[in-house]
Amino acid sequence: MDSGYLSLSHFAAALVCAFFASIVLGITHRNTTRDMVRYGAYCFTLFVGGVIVAGWVMWLIRR
Amino acid sequence: MPTEIASTTEPIAVTPLGVAAPLIGWLIPGGGHFLLRRYVRGGLIFISVICLFFLGLKMQGKVYAPNTGDILDMLGFLGDLGAGLVYLLTKGMGWGHSAVELASADYGTKFMVIAGLLNVISAVDAHHIAIGKKD
Repeated sequence: MDSGYLSLSHFAAALVCAFFASIVLGITHRNTTRDMVRYGAYCFTLFVGGVIVAGWVMWLIRR
Repeated sequence: MPTEIASTTEPIAVTPLGVAAPLIGWLIPGGGHFLLRRYVRGGLIFISVICLFFLGLKMQGKVYAPNTGDILDMLGFLGDLGAGLVYLLTKGMGWGHSAVELASADYGTKFMVIAGLLNVISAVDAHHIAIGKKD
């Protein structure tokens, strides 16, 4: 497992994590396929939106 | 004046599937859903949990061990342990790192913990399907 090392930026890591987490949350929190897809997309949007908002907040704090 | 609260909860019968589905779902990500013939859901859960866990490993994330004495390490261990056999295989093969050496390796550590926690959610979902609380 040490052969090769994967380096992701903070944003890329957040996107990957949000993608897979949204899939599982969509499947486990809704009953119908349509609702699963909608809830998964909703979770993904919130994850990524939260990252972007938090990023801008930190940028403002740093100023 | 005391008020009576009507109980709406009914006892749920313990069935073999109700026990086996979450257990297998914990050991093998998505296994509980496969057992209940939810193949697509099981496959998606399997891919998601496995990908997150092994991406974390490739990012040189820390694999938590039990009994380190640090409360945060114990919580991390519980999170990792949620991945079931994948975590046991990782410890057994000596994969992963015991300390974070790179900045991005910290993301990997979180990836593995999140994979374990998502797997626990999936196992509980399999239990709910098995006892008929969910389709």
